[in-house]
Amino acid sequence: MFARLVYESFRRQKRRKLLAGSAIALGVTVATAMIAVATGVGDKINRELRTIGANILITPQEDTLDLEAGGVNLKPPSDGAFLRESDLPLIKSIFWHHNILGFAPMLPADATLDTPQGPLHVTVLGTYFAHPYSYGKEVLTTGVRTTHSYWKVQGSWPDDGSQDVLAGERLAAKLDLKAGDTVTISGKPHAVSGIVSTGSAEDDEVIAPIALAQELLGKPGAVRTVFVSALTKPEDAFAKSDPKKLPQGPIYDRWYCSPYPQSIAYQLQQAIPNSHAAPIRQVSQNEGIVLSRIEGLLLLITLAALLASALAVSAAMATTMFERRAEVGLMKALGAGNFSVASVFFAETGLLCLLASIFGFVAGTVLAHQIGWRIFGSSLEVQPVVLPVVLLVAVVVTFAGSAAAIRRAVRLDPVFALRGEA
Amino acid sequence: MSLASSVPPVAQRRGRAGHTSMLLRMIVRAAVLRRNRVLSALLAIGVAAAVSTALLMLQFDAEAKLQHEFRNYGANIVVSGKDGASLPVDSLDRADAALAGRGTLAPFAFVIARTPSGQALVVAGADFTRTKELERFWSVTSWPDARPCSASPCPVPALVGARASQMFQKPDQSLLLTFQGREIQVKLAGTLQTGGPEESRIYIPLIDFTAWSGVQPSVIEIAASGSNRDIDAALKNLTDAFPDADVRPVRRIVEGQARVLYRTRSTMIAAAALVAITAALCVLSTLMGWLFDRRRDFAIMKAIGASDRLLNIFFMAESAALGVAGALPGFLVGIAVAAWISRSNFHSPLTPRFAVLPLVVGGCVVVTLLAAMFPVSRLHRLQPAAILRGE
Repeated sequence: MFARLVYESFRRQKRRKLLAGSAIALGVTVATAMIAVATGVGDKINRELRTIGANILITPQEDTLDLEAGGVNLKPPSDGAFLRESDLPLIKSIFWHHNILGFAPMLPADATLDTPQGPLHVTVLGTYFAHPYSYGKEVLTTGVRTTHSYWKVQGSWPDDGSQDVLAGERLAAKLDLKAGDTVTISGKPHAVSGIVSTGSAEDDEVIAPIALAQELLGKPGAVRTVFVSALTKPEDAFAKSDPKKLPQGPIYDRWYCSPYPQSIAYQLQQAIPNSHAAPIRQVSQNEGIVLSRIEGLLLLITLAALLASALAVSAAMATTMFERRAEVGLMKALGAGNFSVASVFFAETGLLCLLASIFGFVAGTVLAHQIGWRIFGSSLEVQPVVLPVVLLVAVVVTFAGSAAAIRRAVRLDPVFALRGEA
Repeated sequence: MSLASSVPPVAQRRGRAGHTSMLLRMIVRAAVLRRNRVLSALLAIGVAAAVSTALLMLQFDAEAKLQHEFRNYGANIVVSGKDGASLPVDSLDRADAALAGRGTLAPFAFVIARTPSGQALVVAGADFTRTKELERFWSVTSWPDARPCSASPCPVPALVGARASQMFQKPDQSLLLTFQGREIQVKLAGTLQTGGPEESRIYIPLIDFTAWSGVQPSVIEIAASGSNRDIDAALKNLTDAFPDADVRPVRRIVEGQARVLYRTRSTMIAAAALVAITAALCVLSTLMGWLFDRRRDFAIMKAIGASDRLLNIFFMAESAALGVAGALPGFLVGIAVAAWISRSNFHSPLTPRFAVLPLVVGGCVVVTLLAAMFPVSRLHRLQPAAILRGE
């Protein structure tokens, strides 16, 4: 009888059930999508912030002072110490290797360009563009296209194995170079595959595959600095601790195993022989602040959205229940107790809620994907653990919404309900 | 004197008031008699209004606050003399005028000096008050201040980069720097960590720097505040003010800001749309229920001669009134929510924008009217006879 009552209610009131069900489903859709956004947005924004540039710089430990002023480095390129290119794959050997999005080695070399106006001294900056490398089983490509994504190239990027170069925007303007032209660098012709615009010192330089700069400098396998782009956790007071002064044990381990820019830099320094690694404060420090602000903002908005859909759904449920007083009256007149009347309604609500929630969860997952692709260009994942949480919340919300109405209906004298006077 | 002459009879009073009053009366009575139903509809509308208000307010507010956070990245525009030449003497005033207070700026001058051991290093002249304001990401142990100095010759207090600080054998020792045969004594007042080329430099006050080296500033770093459009405008003003110098945006900062702010804004708009749709559906289901409840009222109205058009107007007017009545308290709650979010996330108060009010109220009315369309179409199919017979 009980099952039949519930079944008949669904069969006979298709439209009304559909309406209430879609309110719940939509609420769950919004909740699922918003939870996915709130939990995933940190990672997405972190990746967006990586466009500001690398956040960790590795330099040789015994390096001499930089003579950089106004964007021009006056230090003779052959001066000072170097890192070994063959050590670079070790970057991926550290504890937080999954957080390393990419790295780009830099090696400046002096060269002369033959121009119609006579020889011109330029800096040839050797680097990786999109260089494949492997560490263990991992095969990845890295280079300035990952770490310096704000560099814009007109024409095409040179191949790392080629002898082609990029000309800086201002150098190109001075020499009237275009993509496809040829330049003579220290006596050898090189094709200019593109014109690069960076908004900083590289605009006056020639950017070349690192092998070319090593050849010009006469130092095969040498690298001056390495820019590393890593996903990091916003730094706090603990992040700034000096690892050498931390007591060994759980506190040190906690510092070492948090993806702070400082601890990733420390691990890089340990991994690469004779190196010094430090977070680039301009990037790493602010990144943390901006990230935590945006994360906090979206978390609070999600909270407000969840609350709003909960309220809206329970308002809709209250309405649906309110409409069925006459039925309650009939059941009671036929001798049903308060408990059995209430349980029929709760069972109905529960069933409706469950069906609608599962539908809503699926729709929410699709929606989260859509939002991810539309806004961030990559998908937002919904963790499976969200399903039970959302289901539970949906059931609680719908029950809470209908409880007051069911209680009123049960209390009502059947006579009034049947006469239609309620 | 009878009572009837002093107080007009009810029928007389109503007769005078006319049709408008009757419509109003019906709407008010409907609301009062079906309190529960009206309350739940108001709740659904109010929630929608509150969330959209909060999100709209935060939209403007959060963007301004995030732009402010982005200023911590330091300069986003750099003015430099062509090929490292000095800028004209009045350039600081020109830059200040071009920026018109919308941001901060700091001048820098550079020379390469030598220590007694022959080591070359970059010495920079800086205005420490301005630099402190501009380069907020610098980690400085203590900024050099105006020096009360008794010793003579008085060593110049210097902010020394972490790597350059190795030049000082002892922290309290002073260092002799030579540039083109001219000498200056500097003492370590604080050390600087940035993770960049600044760590290899020694910064001294600009006045002492110019007096010692005779070199004028060659770089002005500018942090223009505001949106990307504001930054573009500042860039244009500066280009006009410095025709002979290089004025360049720091592209990575400007672009990073644009991308992050765009993504954040889009996410917020998506959230607002989702919540508004949910609330609209709940309003729809409430209005449907309301119509169902009152089918007898409408049947009677039809039976005594109300046209379909009149019923439409009546129901639509009711819905619109509900929309307005729900939007107003929702707006107030929305301000409170936005203020709370602003305070707990950005630690600064919210500036309410009342321009949002017509937007929210208009939106709520449109949503309720749209939701009312569906029930209204059912009104026409109402058969008064059947309903009045209780079928």
